[in-house]
Amino acid sequence: MEALRQQFFNLSIMQTALPLLLLGLRQTLVLCLLVIPLGLAGGLAVALLSRSSLSPVRWAAIVGIDFFRAIPPLVLLIFVYSGLPFAGVRPSSLAAVAIAFLLNTSSYYGEIYRAGIESVGLGQWDAARSTGLGYYQTLAYVVLPQAVRNVLPDLISNTVEVVKLTSIASVVALPELLYSADMARSVTFNSSPIILAAAIYLVMLWPIVRLVSRLERRIAA
Amino acid sequence: MHSRFLEVFFNWELIQRYFPAILKGVGVTIEIAATVVVTGIATGLMLALARSFRVLALSALIVLFADIFRALPPLVLLLLVYFGLPNVGINLPSFAVLWLVLSLVLAAFCEEIFWAGLLSIPKGQWEAARSTGLGFLGTLAYVVLPQALRLTVPPITNRTIVITKNTALGMVIGVGEILNQATTAQSFSGNATPLMMGAVAYVILFIPVVVLGRFLETRFGWRRI
Repeated sequence: MEALRQQFFNLSIMQTALPLLLLGLRQTLVLCLLVIPLGLAGGLAVALLSRSSLSPVRWAAIVGIDFFRAIPPLVLLIFVYSGLPFAGVRPSSLAAVAIAFLLNTSSYYGEIYRAGIESVGLGQWDAARSTGLGYYQTLAYVVLPQAVRNVLPDLISNTVEVVKLTSIASVVALPELLYSADMARSVTFNSSPIILAAAIYLVMLWPIVRLVSRLERRIAA
Repeated sequence: MHSRFLEVFFNWELIQRYFPAILKGVGVTIEIAATVVVTGIATGLMLALARSFRVLALSALIVLFADIFRALPPLVLLLLVYFGLPNVGINLPSFAVLWLVLSLVLAAFCEEIFWAGLLSIPKGQWEAARSTGLGFLGTLAYVVLPQALRLTVPPITNRTIVITKNTALGMVIGVGEILNQATTAQSFSGNATPLMMGAVAYVILFIPVVVLGRFLETRFGWRRI
């Protein structure tokens, strides 16, 4: 029991590691501020393309979505980070993460937006158009607000997944939260820094996970 | 330029040399993914059923477990178990660590989905079944569960796909799955062809399930209102 405490809940090691972890946390937050808006915007673009009236565009978007949903994000990241240099492009680890996340998360956000847009009745389109709104105005003022409301739990829970996913940036040596914690672990030969990192992730994400469960239940009811 | 691109990403000689290694990785990935699917979904279902007895302490524990394993990044859990357990005298091979962590994560998500499915069955179904003389367990097994499970098929499938793709995280702790084989071969050969092979292997492996998930979503379409 004492060994367990020493190994996982060693307060003095946690205290020493805390400043490093907070630096890592800042990187994680910066990363989130970069990849979440990118994914939300990319997803919307993909969703609109997948509903295009031109069938080649529609099919290309759907094939793209399924393709990037079939590849594990870590594979995509490593491919971008250590594969692209062979083609003469040498992305920094931040750029590699941004590219890989854009491709991966746009596909997931795209599917959610698409379900949302499809959930809005065609009558809404017809009514809005008949009042003189154009296609994009109808989309922006009538359809999207309802669509987003309908799939809000999915959008939020996917965003939680994106925040969690930023931890794989540690594999390409981007000094985010998990990277810092693992560095502290390898220096101290003690797992307490990782427990501390886990606690930080929990504090950030647990309230949102709870919120999503509540939202989902309200909609199911 | 064109041939240089082929040389670096589709080098035929390297494809032949590393095909067996990638294939071995595919075998490992399938093994781990299959065991994770079975243990993860089964555990998730059992937890959701346990929760339906509505014993407060038990339910609280289950919710706690599900919340923690849904909120933490799998890679954090993986590093914690892989590097932490040996220090307290428990030595597990790396593939067992990967299986354990991914099973628990899948179980946590499945528990929530199954529970939402159970809750979505109207009270009237319970009351009608009980009034015909079925007991609690009989009602659960013959009336409520069959209807609830049907609703949970698409979300369970999608979640399972996301989590089985996390087998690629095994690379970080040295499990010999596809990505590990590919990156090892890449560093030996100084060429991106093995990475391309790994990516292709994943696409071949997962495209059918992704398409199946899409089909199930339209076939069993439910909670989209």
